[in-house]
Amino acid sequence: MSNLAVLPIIIPLISGIILAFFHNKVNTARWLTRVFILVNLGVVSYITWFVFHNGTIVLETGGWKAPYGIVLVADPLAITLVLTTNIIAAACAFYTPHSMDLKQETHYFYTFFFLLIAGVSGAFITGDLFNLFVFYEVLLMASYALIVLGGGKVQLRESLKYVLINLFSSVLFVTSVAFLYSVVGTVNMAHIAERVQDVDQKGILTTIAVLFFFVFATKAALFPLYYWMPKSYIVPNPVISALFGALLTKVGVYSILRVFSLIFIYKLDLTHQAFIWIAGLSMIFGIIGALSTSNIKLIVAYNIIPAIGFIMMGIGVFNQDGISGSIYYLVHDMIIKCALFLLVGTVAYVAGTSDLRKFSGLIHYYPLLGWLVFVSAFVLAGIPPFSGFIGKLLLLKGALSANEVAIVILALLSSLLILYSIMKIFINGFWGKKDESIIVERKPVKGLIGPIVFLLAFSVILGLGAEFIYPSIESISTYLLDPEVYIKSVLKE
Amino acid sequence: MEIIILILAGILFATAIYNLLQKQLLRIIIGTALLSHGAHLFILTMGKLKRGQPPIIMEGISDYVDPLPQALILTSIVISFGVTSLLLVLAYRTANENNSDDMAQLRGDEHE
Repeated sequence: MSNLAVLPIIIPLISGIILAFFHNKVNTARWLTRVFILVNLGVVSYITWFVFHNGTIVLETGGWKAPYGIVLVADPLAITLVLTTNIIAAACAFYTPHSMDLKQETHYFYTFFFLLIAGVSGAFITGDLFNLFVFYEVLLMASYALIVLGGGKVQLRESLKYVLINLFSSVLFVTSVAFLYSVVGTVNMAHIAERVQDVDQKGILTTIAVLFFFVFATKAALFPLYYWMPKSYIVPNPVISALFGALLTKVGVYSILRVFSLIFIYKLDLTHQAFIWIAGLSMIFGIIGALSTSNIKLIVAYNIIPAIGFIMMGIGVFNQDGISGSIYYLVHDMIIKCALFLLVGTVAYVAGTSDLRKFSGLIHYYPLLGWLVFVSAFVLAGIPPFSGFIGKLLLLKGALSANEVAIVILALLSSLLILYSIMKIFINGFWGKKDESIIVERKPVKGLIGPIVFLLAFSVILGLGAEFIYPSIESISTYLLDPEVYIKSVLKE
Repeated sequence: MEIIILILAGILFATAIYNLLQKQLLRIIIGTALLSHGAHLFILTMGKLKRGQPPIIMEGISDYVDPLPQALILTSIVISFGVTSLLLVLAYRTANENNSDDMAQLRGDEHE
């Protein structure tokens, strides 16, 4: 059964290649995309069920034994995130035909879409540090192609910066892997984790840890490395923004969670304490960015940064509640960020502009859309009974039991400001008097709203069904806090 | 030998960073190419340069070159080759559309 671990990578890869042949037949491509993504979602759901019942699936590719060959490790954390990725991908696949130009759709959008999913799933599942770099490149290559799709003036300009910063951090990634290889002599993560315990000079390892943190923090858009993110995430089509906002930064933060719970765990007072500080600064600067602008897409893009800060706070305190909270918040944030990007994309489409000062009174024309924005603001800020509340509750509990009171106060204050920043869209854009000058005709939004409702429903399930979901999340965090389990399941000693 | 290659890698990194911080697009791309060369040399050196035989399993061979860094570099070279060609096309299109290859003029502003 261990071959199951490769399916979440291979199905999107093959789907992408098949769809490349249908790039001119847009109707066939749309139907095939829907079929493939639902098949993939079904398969991944089955694998998730399998992993939670029968334990981690370890696949030694090509039959090479664990420390020598490349291993794929579908453990509970990885497979949960792959499942979330596929839920988001399904919503995006159904949203695309309604929002994208025919020209963009026929320019291999669906191929790159599937390659992106393959890269993201691979990055979650791989158990090899160099292979992680390769999957990063796969997903970045797909994202380079997606971000320039359309090729507008602004889009080309911003995507150039996006490519450059990611290229630089990729080279830094390879260099850090080489450093680590020279110290421990392996690139298998479980093997590294085992050998790190025997290294005498921990100082060099701490330096390498900081290098790795820089690489992943650039991808995850943490303070002070987020400057490239907001503007380049808003230039492509809303679907592509949603995929980027929901998946790419989260892969970075997942890598931090994996590497700093498995390998670099011998000097918690330095590395993990620094995470708490960086988490706090990310919250402050991210929310200042979100409040400073009246571009609705930019507001949502800036809101990614404090969310990453929340997840880092849980990794920083590094106890049962903190890690559970981080995982819960990670899953919650992937779903709600996707929903929010799709929502503001829809709002910008019906209003004809993304500048908040230029439209008002949309609720008279689009009541459902308005209330969806309202609900998603609640979800994002963490108002019970939605999923953000459970995640934040666990994070705050973890931080309080580690005596980090300052970060708790900061987190609560920034939650309030997050609520305000999204509510600003609702108050200025949906309330107020009818603006007849802008809305000449009612544009159909039925197809656009469906996927958003689907995502928000998941968010509500995550919140209301916390009693059923929390035990699984708790078991993942227990598992993460004991690296021996991971090492044993991969190396089989 | 390792020391010399490491110094070379260091020089490549330094010139790459210098070029990356320039304003002209082509210089930046040359910077990224140099940067990946530096990284590749660095990986090669991390597995020790000369140890005797090639890494082929045969009777009586005990002193062989570490094959892993070579595999890593090969992967990394292919990737950086692809990314550099993509960057060249992207830079060409950007310079054409925006009528400038100067990064200072490609900053963009709030109101567009």
